Amino acid sequence: MKPQSYELHMLLSETPGDEMKDVIIGLEVHVQLNKLRSKLFCSCSTQYHDSEPNMCTCPVCLGLPGALPVINEKAVDSAIKVALALNCNIEEQIMFYRKNYYYPDLVKGFQISQYDYPIAMDGKISIEADGEREIRIKRVHMEEDPGRLIHVGTIDRSRYSLIDYNRSGVALLEVVTEPDLRTPKEARLFLNKLRNILEYLDVFDGSLEGSLRVDANISLAGGARAEIKNISSYKGVEKALLFETVRQKNLVRRGIRVAQETRHYDEVRGITISLRTKEEEKDYRYFPEPDLVPLRIGDRVDDIKRALPELPDAKRQRLVKQYDISDHHAKVLTSELKLANFFERVATKVDANLSATWIADVLKGELNYRGIGIDAFSPEHMIQILQMLKNDKITEKGAVQVIRTILDEGGAPPEIVKRKGLLKIEESIITRAVAEVIKENPAAVKDYHDGKNEALHFLMGQVMKKTHGRADPSMVSKLLKEKL
Amino acid sequence: MITKKDVEHIGWLARIELTEEEKEKFTKQLNSILDYFEKLDEIETDAAPMHHVFGLTNVFRDDVAKKSMSQEDALQNAPKKEKGCFKGPRIV
Amino acid sequence: MNVDGIREMVKSGKSVEEVIQSLFDKIERSKLNAFITLAKEQALEEARRVDKHGAKGMLGAIPIAIKDCISTRGIQTTCGSKILEGYVPPYDAHVIERLKADGAIIIGKTNMDEFAMGSSTETSYFGPTRNPCDLSRVPGGSSGGSAAAVAGGEVPIALGSDTGGSVRCPASFCGVVGLKPTYGLVSRYGLIAYANSLEQIGPFARNVKDVALLLDVIAGYDPRDSTSMDKKCEYTKELRDDVSDVKIGVPKEFFGEGIDEDVEKAVWSGIKVLEDLGASYTEISLPHTKYSLAAYYIIAMSEASSNLARFDGLRYGLRLGKDKDWHTTFSEIRANGFGEEVKRRILLGTYALSAGYYGRYYLKALKVRTLIKRDFEVALKDTSVLITPTMPFPAFKIGEKIGDPLALYLADVNTVPINLAGVPSISVPCGFVGKLPIGMQIIGRHFDEATILRTAHAFERNTGG
Repeated sequence: MKPQSYELHMLLSETPGDEMKDVIIGLEVHVQLNKLRSKLFCSCSTQYHDSEPNMCTCPVCLGLPGALPVINEKAVDSAIKVALALNCNIEEQIMFYRKNYYYPDLVKGFQISQYDYPIAMDGKISIEADGEREIRIKRVHMEEDPGRLIHVGTIDRSRYSLIDYNRSGVALLEVVTEPDLRTPKEARLFLNKLRNILEYLDVFDGSLEGSLRVDANISLAGGARAEIKNISSYKGVEKALLFETVRQKNLVRRGIRVAQETRHYDEVRGITISLRTKEEEKDYRYFPEPDLVPLRIGDRVDDIKRALPELPDAKRQRLVKQYDISDHHAKVLTSELKLANFFERVATKVDANLSATWIADVLKGELNYRGIGIDAFSPEHMIQILQMLKNDKITEKGAVQVIRTILDEGGAPPEIVKRKGLLKIEESIITRAVAEVIKENPAAVKDYHDGKNEALHFLMGQVMKKTHGRADPSMVSKLLKEKL
Repeated sequence: MITKKDVEHIGWLARIELTEEEKEKFTKQLNSILDYFEKLDEIETDAAPMHHVFGLTNVFRDDVAKKSMSQEDALQNAPKKEKGCFKGPRIV
Repeated sequence: MNVDGIREMVKSGKSVEEVIQSLFDKIERSKLNAFITLAKEQALEEARRVDKHGAKGMLGAIPIAIKDCISTRGIQTTCGSKILEGYVPPYDAHVIERLKADGAIIIGKTNMDEFAMGSSTETSYFGPTRNPCDLSRVPGGSSGGSAAAVAGGEVPIALGSDTGGSVRCPASFCGVVGLKPTYGLVSRYGLIAYANSLEQIGPFARNVKDVALLLDVIAGYDPRDSTSMDKKCEYTKELRDDVSDVKIGVPKEFFGEGIDEDVEKAVWSGIKVLEDLGASYTEISLPHTKYSLAAYYIIAMSEASSNLARFDGLRYGLRLGKDKDWHTTFSEIRANGFGEEVKRRILLGTYALSAGYYGRYYLKALKVRTLIKRDFEVALKDTSVLITPTMPFPAFKIGEKIGDPLALYLADVNTVPINLAGVPSISVPCGFVGKLPIGMQIIGRHFDEATILRTAHAFERNTGG
């Protein structure tokens, strides 16, 4: 954890965090359609993350005079897919507009975006905050990504900027919510859900740097609204909103009016700062992009709808029904498509409930602890581990140890069990150890008979010591009680 | 009527710094041209706005990635550059 | 000197290198200021290559000049503006790729009104071009350099671009042939945009045959231009000397008020010539013509204000010494790099698109455009071509009109409706006022360049052109 900035610390310390009922939040989420091979209006690759600066550009995405855009058909289809998954109404005819403003990351002095006739409107998705909440989607539209500005120093102190246009022209989808979110946490839950859906649709890889950026509008009921621009991480959104909530509340408490303004989130310092340099909405001079023609998309919607994959909510319900697992487990398992697929692979080979518990609770926990994804673990290994567990070959503790070893050192379960001596030992060996321990510790045995329960723990410890921890504790306890 | 203040605002939107003399001159000229444009106010029409002369729609390209320009070509015309990047002014 | 003339010279034993060199000699002595940049080294090297290995393609070894708003890989492309001085495109426009594939030799980039904004080639940062017929007069614009170079015998063929008359006006003023193709016939990929929805690249030559030949090379579908269409045919093959099936419409709105009497007379006698050749004519009306200029300038300036936003000095073009904050840096570069006419149009376009005015100006103009296009479709249902004067008057004196922007805009009255309607149109010389040429405009149906070329060709052959 980074230490909190002094400002943030002061703000948080003087405010109780529970009075958030009157907070109104709306999000404009920009996601890169980074599963596309090429950019939105040119054939440059979207795989620029490992490239040197300005190695993935062409006359079109560099905005050279005379270059013309041509729409990537798959980008439109991907956008329709997302809009359908967000339960939106798809428009019959869509158009691209020029949004005119200046900024050094923008190659043409305008961004090709959508205005009237966007791809879709009026959708909704549900999130699970304190109970299920429906968040309305106002509109979904497509636009091109600007380049990347590198401030030499921080944004408000830098002497010059460096610009890399590799990102310029990558297809972005902007998802705009109605102001239905009530807490910074809800904003985070919404983003998680959105990411979840996008990944299910195979249009988005959220692990890539800069793949998601959020503008957040936040106000207190009755107050002016601040727009926090360009927050570029999931955690950042919650933090920025938390900061902003507290800032606005403190202003109100001191009797100062909250100004309607654009603010910038400083990720490093964890604060928002006022930043009024760009045009306002009324200055954008939208007009239809004359280098592109309108698109009639009505007749392709049905085909796309038919081909939609199972989405998270539906999958969650199916897992509960089909595998008879708990809703909680189903929720965790469907929070990532890969995790759900992993589960189903394992659950067809070993007991589904056992699989759910071990994947959702144990494996997921170990992965989260290490900050890695499910890709790091093979479902075959999980099947082997659970089979050994089921067949009483290893203890639960041993199973956890196998999982940790695979994650930390690599290797395969049978080999690890052998190398680390994790094979559960036979009952006869435990019986012998129990007899020995009873014989060697008459005082403890007496204590036990006198009703001192700790004595049993002591005796169990002695048995475990003799069996080098490979005995199943429940078995030890059972045998001890019998013999005593 | 557009005022000198309007011209100043438009100049800001268009990122063209205007001298006092230019502001005066353009205010006058823009007004006379805008007066001429008023001709369109004479006509009431519900004709559809033209977006392409022939009403062309659905022009697409396949999602195929092709080779990009070299970094050298991309930066060839840049007045200022540094570390493979275009060098720009400070932001604030 | 036309295309056949060049071919004769080569046939009679001159090397291509000698021919090209003789052009450069002439250009370097010239007072026209038709060129901004000469591609001497590249052109002579190409000439030597042709001398060694032979010519290829429809324009094998034919020299050509290119308007400086068309991107040429490795050759400076300025649009006549200080803001693009020194800019060398890393890519070729579609038409340049086609010209190269068909063997043409690019000798240089021609002068033009800055960003094609003008009708006189006086707004160029590189100084005005002079009219070869009278050096004290303008060559017309905005493709004045291309027209003057062809008229002055500095090159046999040239490319221009026509947004509201920028090929036809200088063709008319300089006494050469110039054609604006149907919107979408020629790819705009690589043409530095002034007003995207109106403009086309068009050929200049000394005769109709060479214009048709050049159109054969540059026309055709290009997947990189979403507005381009696959509608070309073989234009040189359509040049039959027969106009007996041609029905001429004469739109009354294009004659009369503001049109020079001599010009009107010359065009009418041109129509009579065609009538004598078997064509018929009727007077027709294009009722929305009076709205054309306003609609045209609103659309062109609005689009231009956005198109020209990319010139901020970061990626290419003018950069002033020391940077300040980005906003001031951009504003100073643009104040310094753009000329007065460009600033005026950017400001007007910015205003016309701004909140509260979009509906009144831009959107309204797009609606009026629909009406104007409909006028032409109706008129061209019963006629095969329309004939009008290209310009209301012959070439005027340098400096004569530059002080009154609106008066200069009004000079485009007969050319802009054609761009609004997207139809093709050719200007052919049809007489003189003194030594100043007059142009006759022949307008055709969408994608029917063949008929206007044939009509112009027949007219030319029977008037000693």
